Amino acid sequence: MTDADDLRRRTAELLAAHPPATTDRLEFLRARFDAGLAWVHFPEGLGGLDAPRSLQAVVDAELEGTGAPDNDPGRIGIGLGMAAPTILRFGTDEQKQRFLRPLWTGEEVWCQLFSEPGAGSDLAALATRAVREGGAEAGTGGDWIVDGQKVWTSSAHLARWAILIARTDPDVPKHRGISYFVCDMTDPGVEVRPLRQITGEAEFNEVFLTGVRIPDAHRLGAVGEGWKVAQTTLMNERVAIGGARAPREGGMIGIAAADWRARPELRTHDLHQRLLKLWVEAEVARLTGERLRQQLTMGQPGPEGSGMKLAFARLAQEISGWEVEFLAEDGLTYDDWTMRRPDGVDFTGREAGYRYLRAKGNSIEGGTSEVLLNIVAERVLGLPPEPRTDKDVAWKDLPR
Amino acid sequence: MNDGTTLPGADPDLLYSEDEDALRAAVRSLLADRSDPATVLAGLESDVAYDTGLWHSLATEIGTAGLLVPEKLGGAGASAREAAVVLEETGRSVAPVPFLTSAVIAVTALLGCDHGRAEVAAPLAALAEGRTVGVLAVPLPTAPGGLPEPASVRADANGALTGRVTSVADAAAAELLLVPAQGPDGPALYAVEASADGVRTDTVTPLDLTRPLGHLTFDGAPGRLLATGDRARATLDRALLTGAGLLASEQLGIAEWCLAETVRHTAARTQFGRPVGSFQALKHRMAALWLEVASARAAARNAADALATGSPDAPVAVAVAQAYCAPVAVRAAQECVQLHGGIGMTWEHPAHLFLKRAKSDELALGSPGRHRDALAGLVGIAAP
Ligand SMILES: Cc1cc2nc3c(=O)[nH]c(=O)nc-3n(C[C@H](O)[C@H](O)[C@H](O)COP(=O)(O)OP(=O)(O)OC[C@H]3O[C@@H](n4cnc5c(N)ncnc54)[C@H](O)[C@@H]3O)c2cc1C
Repeated sequence: MTDADDLRRRTAELLAAHPPATTDRLEFLRARFDAGLAWVHFPEGLGGLDAPRSLQAVVDAELEGTGAPDNDPGRIGIGLGMAAPTILRFGTDEQKQRFLRPLWTGEEVWCQLFSEPGAGSDLAALATRAVREGGAEAGTGGDWIVDGQKVWTSSAHLARWAILIARTDPDVPKHRGISYFVCDMTDPGVEVRPLRQITGEAEFNEVFLTGVRIPDAHRLGAVGEGWKVAQTTLMNERVAIGGARAPREGGMIGIAAADWRARPELRTHDLHQRLLKLWVEAEVARLTGERLRQQLTMGQPGPEGSGMKLAFARLAQEISGWEVEFLAEDGLTYDDWTMRRPDGVDFTGREAGYRYLRAKGNSIEGGTSEVLLNIVAERVLGLPPEPRTDKDVAWKDLPR
Repeated sequence: MNDGTTLPGADPDLLYSEDEDALRAAVRSLLADRSDPATVLAGLESDVAYDTGLWHSLATEIGTAGLLVPEKLGGAGASAREAAVVLEETGRSVAPVPFLTSAVIAVTALLGCDHGRAEVAAPLAALAEGRTVGVLAVPLPTAPGGLPEPASVRADANGALTGRVTSVADAAAAELLLVPAQGPDGPALYAVEASADGVRTDTVTPLDLTRPLGHLTFDGAPGRLLATGDRARATLDRALLTGAGLLASEQLGIAEWCLAETVRHTAARTQFGRPVGSFQALKHRMAALWLEVASARAAARNAADALATGSPDAPVAVAVAQAYCAPVAVRAAQECVQLHGGIGMTWEHPAHLFLKRAKSDELALGSPGRHRDALAGLVGIAAP
């Protein structure tokens, strides 16, 4: 079994064979992947060494300060956080070999074609159709032809690949007729249109799919079993959004505290009290995330994961709102309304107004806070479910 | 004051060890047997200050009285982490036992004195073995670092104490009083037998029936000097810091019981043809509370670990835990009463015991506001 010493040795070997100062960025990242030091808990040959997930920290610490390039995780978050764990769990060997390496190095950006104009929280109601060429009788192996519209798609303008869910059988209840695909964003049937958002920029997009051809080899999981596959993606998405590891005063609370220290002339008693409350809550959220990570390391995953995104969204919104208020006249200004198509979310690089507006998305993206509260109540606390009217009704007969 | 960039030292261990789980199981089964809510309620109607039989079992049979005392001084040589686990369980059952006051706060105070001296070692061993109940004679709301100087009790050169201390938790149960006093040479800590001449205990009708309060009056009571000057100050501060940090675990236990009972009740109670727990307006409140309880656990564990390892981060960890956990326990108890409807307002249903304990715990050992103020100094978020 791979232990910390082993990983230190392997990291030293990587650095010796590919000195960061003289090695091309991508070349270094590829070599790191091939050495199993990308995500050590992944299988050997797929960027990992089958090691405990917690040992990734050893590798990261060894690489720190060596000039080793990182893979820009903020830019490729959907690939790392959602596509990769899903491909690992449901993909064929060929799919894993083809997709994971360029995904991790950032050579290929991913996006998520899930939400539709008519299906957001009720994602399983989606209407985008995938029909096997030649009809259902054509048997296995034929290409799929996809038609429909997706919306709020982050990074679609940068993406090489997409994870996509589409309806393959409208005659069964909605959760049962869905299949899960990897979609080639360069297919001529894919049209990406920027969708300008509350911050002025266009981080997300509308995506129109017209006769998009997807080979059956790009299906993840069985036909009609796509909802099960999507569950893995959604679970990982929530952990990815809420679960970033940060030091004390990391993230937004650090920015707010720094503002407070730098601007004594703006301090009031009321803002002081509120900042201290937020500081405590941010510190407790950090500790809760840390406790979750320790549980995972011990192989005893706790249900805290379902809650982290909720806490993160509320805190990001409250802290950024506090910051705008604290900054007084500066809070009345905005850094830049230009319609841009950014590489990702830039919570720390921009000003308070941007943080305030962008944080509004934290309680909507990846499942709204209301939906997450339902999940906690039903799956963690075991409270009785909502009465359902759509349970045994074929998708095509549902009111839409 | 610093610039706020101080980071916690080594990573705190926020989980429970196997030994801690075993201790929890022992305490929980004892409390389930002997201190279920109906028994606690019935006991409150009697005049006894606390359940002596229950305390005897908890203190001596399971050995919780001496958890914080090193083995060579007659204790179990465990740490604040184990004591925290006991408090989670006593909180979950609102057990009327002097664990926090005697086994945590009084013991920590004695440990801070020179225990090479017989005057300290003897009472420490007695507390550790559960033979004696001791309390630190300070008002229950006293926050760490918040002790008034000069103390409300004066000592003369012979150690005779005069003065008054109000609202001391478990005062009526205590045989040994550890009294901060203004001595001839400044602040000092004295030990007084509760039964000595010149000591009077007036019981008060408390909000929290499960943790009795008393006013102590000293009129020339004979005191034995335990510590003086900076040592006395540091000892008191450590005792209060430990008490406040571990109180967070009691608050966690209270909140956990309240949430679990509320989920159980609302899943079973039907109105409008549905279990009321299936209404989203209620579900969301319970889910939000669950997240707060999970977070309170991380905060309480962090404080217990920092105290156990003597981390320099302990004052921050304790202030964070108290500022966070106290309101969570109160909210959980309030939601418990509300979501039970009429039955939540009755004397027969135990919810009120938890509400009363949670609310008085919120004031105990420093209110959340006091702890946030302390934090302002500790992490460099200065007041205007
Ligand atoms: C910044 C951002 C980036 C995004 N990126 C992507 C992406 O890359 N790919 C992608 O596929 N999607 C993406 N999304 C879409 C996101 O997942 C959906 O917006 C979200 O799931 C909510 O769906 P909806 O917008 O249709 O809202 P609706 O489902 O219409 O919800 C409207 C309101 O009703 C509430 N509601 C709905 N159902 C319930 C219920 N059962 N109980 C209680 N309340 C309920 C919701 O909480 C909300 O307040 C992104 C969204 C945002 C804001």
